[in-house]
Amino acid sequence: MPQNFTRRAVVAGLGATGLAGPAMAQTAASGAPIRIGEINSYSRMAAFALPYRNAIQMAQDEINARGGALGRPLEFVFRDDGSTPGDAVRVAEELVTRENVSFIAGTFLSNVGLAVSDFANQRKIMFLATEPLTDALTMAQGNRYTYRLRPSTFMQTKMLVDAVKARNVRRWGIVAPNYEYGQSAAANFKRLIAEATPGAEIVVEQYPALGRIDAGATVGALAQARPDGIFNVTFGADLTQFVREGNTRGLFERRTVVSLLTGEPEYMIPLGEETPEGWLVTGYPWEQIKDAPHAAFVAAYRAKFNDTPRLGSFLGYVFAYMCRDLIAKAGSVETEALLKTFDDMKFDTISGPVTMRGIDKQATMGAWVGETTLNGKVGAMKNWRFEDGAKYMFTEAEVRAARKG
Amino acid sequence: MDLSFIIIQSLSGLASASSLFIIASGLTIVFGVTRIVNFAHGSLYMLGAYLAVTIVPLLLDVDRSLPMFLLGVLISALIVGVFGALMEIILLRRIYHVPELFQLLATFGVVLIVQDLVIKIWGAVEIPGPRAPSLRHGVFIMDQRFPAYELFLIAAGIVVLAVLWLLMQKTRFGVLIRAATQDREMVAALGVNQAWLFTGTLFLGAFLAGLGGALQIPRVAINTQMDISIITEVFVVTVIGGMGSVPGAFIAALIIGQLQAFGILIFPKITLVLVFLLMAVVLVVKPWGLFGKSDAAAGRAILPEGILSLKRFGTVDNIVAGLAIAVLLALPVFGDNYMVKVGIEVLVLALAAFSLHFLIGVGGIVSFGHAAYFGLGAYAAGLLVTKGGLSMEPSILLAPIIAGAFAALFGYFVVRLSGIYLAMLTLAFAQIVYAVCFQWVEFTGGDNGVVGVWPSSWASSRQVYFCVVLAFTLSAIIALRHAIYAPFGYALRAARDSATRADAIGIDVRRIRWFAFTLSGAAAGLAGGLYSFSKGSIDPTMISIPMSVDFLVMVLLGGIQTVIGPLVGAAAFHSIKDFFMPLTDFWRMFLGASIILMVLVFPRGISGAAASLTDRFKPAPKPAVAPS
Repeated sequence: MPQNFTRRAVVAGLGATGLAGPAMAQTAASGAPIRIGEINSYSRMAAFALPYRNAIQMAQDEINARGGALGRPLEFVFRDDGSTPGDAVRVAEELVTRENVSFIAGTFLSNVGLAVSDFANQRKIMFLATEPLTDALTMAQGNRYTYRLRPSTFMQTKMLVDAVKARNVRRWGIVAPNYEYGQSAAANFKRLIAEATPGAEIVVEQYPALGRIDAGATVGALAQARPDGIFNVTFGADLTQFVREGNTRGLFERRTVVSLLTGEPEYMIPLGEETPEGWLVTGYPWEQIKDAPHAAFVAAYRAKFNDTPRLGSFLGYVFAYMCRDLIAKAGSVETEALLKTFDDMKFDTISGPVTMRGIDKQATMGAWVGETTLNGKVGAMKNWRFEDGAKYMFTEAEVRAARKG
Repeated sequence: MDLSFIIIQSLSGLASASSLFIIASGLTIVFGVTRIVNFAHGSLYMLGAYLAVTIVPLLLDVDRSLPMFLLGVLISALIVGVFGALMEIILLRRIYHVPELFQLLATFGVVLIVQDLVIKIWGAVEIPGPRAPSLRHGVFIMDQRFPAYELFLIAAGIVVLAVLWLLMQKTRFGVLIRAATQDREMVAALGVNQAWLFTGTLFLGAFLAGLGGALQIPRVAINTQMDISIITEVFVVTVIGGMGSVPGAFIAALIIGQLQAFGILIFPKITLVLVFLLMAVVLVVKPWGLFGKSDAAAGRAILPEGILSLKRFGTVDNIVAGLAIAVLLALPVFGDNYMVKVGIEVLVLALAAFSLHFLIGVGGIVSFGHAAYFGLGAYAAGLLVTKGGLSMEPSILLAPIIAGAFAALFGYFVVRLSGIYLAMLTLAFAQIVYAVCFQWVEFTGGDNGVVGVWPSSWASSRQVYFCVVLAFTLSAIIALRHAIYAPFGYALRAARDSATRADAIGIDVRRIRWFAFTLSGAAAGLAGGLYSFSKGSIDPTMISIPMSVDFLVMVLLGGIQTVIGPLVGAAAFHSIKDFFMPLTDFWRMFLGASIILMVLVFPRGISGAAASLTDRFKPAPKPAVAPS
């Protein structure tokens, strides 16, 4: 497993594929690789970022074996952002100045994504944010250099609200981590549920500190207000603790639970046999998606890394191919050419067509919405369907109002 | 609120309190005896949890019963205890003779190494631990279900308290621990084998941390950030209770548990700041915590640390300083954009570290929350530009004034305290500032911060802005240095070395320390303001605990006994980080190892080592710090 990998290792790897494939032999002659800077929280958020990087490297090898882009190989240059905006902006500077990358991409945390986005705006270089979910990135603080791949907090919340609308639940409790992602998800939910279910009210809200949930007290406070439905935004270690405590105390019995991201393998695997039954979630049921391109990706990933793909892997794979298609169509790696091509460009991905909407530079990538279930000792999704992101975007009027700049 | 809910909620509070107490008792015992603020205590807790999540399932495969579960927990805790003892023998024992702050630095190095070791061994994905057999269910209490395991945890906390009490009262080891907590020098003078006592204490402390971690596995998913999330809370518990006091830790944990359980009902968003608010209130009212004793009452002579003798610059020093400035001036001409950017950061950090050193090395005021003033300066500048409509120039000038005003406000309370309590109060204030910036979304942008903080157009090129930063930081550093050499600096050092004597010769100790605190806060604020324009944005990580720790590391790395130490430290720290970060995901391990190596090889910091090299040709100087 190339965990300890350095830039040199990538270059060496490229050289090796170059010797193997005839397509690469030509490109090696025709010039230097096209470099793309990838900034992410590889050390702090490794559960997401390592599968993500694995998939990018896999895609990079595939792409280069088939001739790269513009006849040149692609090379992703990976950097740790230290999970702080300050470090991220410094490595972005390093990538642009020293590594001569054509554009930058990645980031996990929303505040890191926003800082890098502003850096891109300042340095007039393209930035493709893959993972950060904050609405601000493409709305109030959006700029012409910044694009986002994943469906935002708003889009995913809206998918869930639409899915739960039919159940007509009126009394809601909210539990969300105490930072921007949690707060804005909660705010979106309040707004959307009020529109979707007339008479809906929020009877209790809990905002535990991220990574430090006091689960017993939080579950007690939620149960005390006797909501009929719970909207959960916690994830990771907080989620596991919350679920365990809630299971033992019967918090979820006879209640509708709606939960962001819980169906993603990153967060579902650690739940193990505690996975609750029947939560409405967004997620990634990778083992059940039978479409040929996706199945081929899963097979290749499993063969190469001897591990199951996470949502991060899916995202990284889609992202790498998107970079290739973008560069190929733009016919250049100049920033202005890239920007012009990227706006409203259509992509074929392993999850279907995706458009990079020009007005807010948000991709229409969708998400899988379904219910959680326990399969033996592991969690899974059932009754899921793929929701096209295009149906859940902010309206153009809202975008125009938010992106005044 | 009905009665059954109140009972259930307070039981939840008790369960949290009990877990917290088990961990905090270890920290407080270790501090009492060794006087080391063990940053690595959280890492020991995390190790305990990871070991348990590995060992307990193996035992449960043999026999799925509660005794097997408990056996696994105990084995894990014992292994962590041995790890703690080894840490004492291999590392801490070698550095008892160096200033206390360096011991803290070394334990911080251990934190970094353990973090990466854990990722290397167990991976980054969180691991859910097995539930305890026979304690999986919920018990009905007044028609409400309550987890049986949490009742067990409450009992475990009481058992640990009882066993510790017996150990302290009835065994020779306990008597020695209590004696050493009261007066370490006297215990040594009476011929007690200190090495064994310290190793034993570290074993006990680490065992308790490991036990606390291992007991958590049925409740939480074991993850690589457990260490950081627990350590501040445990510090708070021990400080509120009084450092070194086990019953104090118990009471403090109880208060925090209940406050947390009921506080979130009234203020659901108070979770970030609640414990720090409590600590600030307790320390303002009771400067040594609930059950702690003042250092004077403990009969402990505090040896002065920091700048002991001021040297004027000689010819060589002048040449070196001139060369350094020449190199800095040449940087924008010859360096590329990235090098200039790193140069700006080093300059800014150097000023921040220098201002902290002004407190530590000259004033003897160890601040754990210096990032507050750095961040306040950054926020002041950033918000003035983006929301206030000012341009860069007045914003940079206002940043130190605003940060200085806050430093004056907080400093008023801070300088009344001393030692570790003072440090913790600065930390509490920093956390309160952090929480306000984090949660006041409309004004500060919350954790996303505010972007678009860029310099005026004439300074927008990196090279020009570098010169701006160079001018500001150099003048501020020279001004602070001047203050150190002025009578004010001498008075401040007098107050540090002996507050009583300084008082007797007519120095208003409190006031002079208060001035120093304000001045230092203002200088840090200037650094923050400059930093925000180089980064283009402001966000709460600038105020966070890791930032404060970074500053502390820079100061200590450079050496606290020389005036220019922190400048060297800032440059070295930033370069090490910058060098390792692109190379490997495990850069924290290298950083930690570098720090420990530095403490072992250059216990007086980099510039201290350089000074002793030049001193070798002069008559032998008096030892800076008497060995213990």
